[in-house]
Amino acid sequence: MSAYTEDVEHVAGATTKSFMYVWFALLLMTAVEVFLAYEQIPVLIFLIALVGLSVVKAALIIAYFMHLKFEKLSLFLTLFPMLILCIILMLLMFMPDSSRLMLMRPM
Amino acid sequence: MSQANTAATMTSVWAGGRSPYAVNSKKFGMWLFIISDALTFSAMLMAYTYVRLSTPNWPTPFHFSPSIIFSTVMTFCLLSSSLTMVMAVHAMNHGNRSAAVKWILATMVGGGAFVALHLTEWLNLINNEHVTPFNNEWGVPLFGGTFFALTGLHMTHVVIGLIYLGIIAFAVGRGKFKAEDVEVSGLYWHFVDLVWMFIFPLVYLMSAKI
Repeated sequence: MSAYTEDVEHVAGATTKSFMYVWFALLLMTAVEVFLAYEQIPVLIFLIALVGLSVVKAALIIAYFMHLKFEKLSLFLTLFPMLILCIILMLLMFMPDSSRLMLMRPM
Repeated sequence: MSQANTAATMTSVWAGGRSPYAVNSKKFGMWLFIISDALTFSAMLMAYTYVRLSTPNWPTPFHFSPSIIFSTVMTFCLLSSSLTMVMAVHAMNHGNRSAAVKWILATMVGGGAFVALHLTEWLNLINNEHVTPFNNEWGVPLFGGTFFALTGLHMTHVVIGLIYLGIIAFAVGRGKFKAEDVEVSGLYWHFVDLVWMFIFPLVYLMSAKI
């Protein structure tokens, strides 16, 4: 039987230069978030903008720093669709109610 | 069985001895832990956002100085420590153990700075804004409860990460552990960084005093 090896493979594309670019992009998006906090934006729009930027930052960290971009697709498909489905289910349960309560606030 | 048939069976996809994910078991185990931990933090962030949106008089105690400045610097510390952790894995993959130890120690400095700044920020909130987990001046006890629960659980993860990295650095320096062990500890550290990418905007920026 062929032996399964656990040797680390060096992947093309995962260079220190690309990691530096990702780090810089993450810092830039953080600066945008802080800037947005001091702009007069409605709470829901601000929340959506912040979560959107955070999701992009998380995706960059997972893809490059956590190396998932360079792993087999089967690993991604085993781990993430289930996680995303669970988060969507939580969103569906909580968020409509919280927005309803917000709209019921006394003016 | 002839020799040719045996060779064909050995190279077959169905012959066994192959990893469906092409990662070692430690790495796969860490990924499973990360996904389950991500669900814990997701549920907590979801509960926090629910009460944040549905409470009319939610307090906004985070002044630009020191809270927002501190939390922004803390974000910088964690992001930079993730970069140094990537460099540690890179050095270890190339067999450079001494460089890997130095990069891991640099990561620990970033993590240590994060914890120190966070504790200072907590003390500022407790002493100057009189916020405790069960009470505050604005009559919204859920603010302190959700804030300390979320940031406290995250800080616990950072402290555990620092201990984990310390053990890895010590062992790598003594010629023990392989590149995959450093990579697995890196996965944990990047996850801690990733969680902060949601806590910082949702907890601090959403309650910044404009």
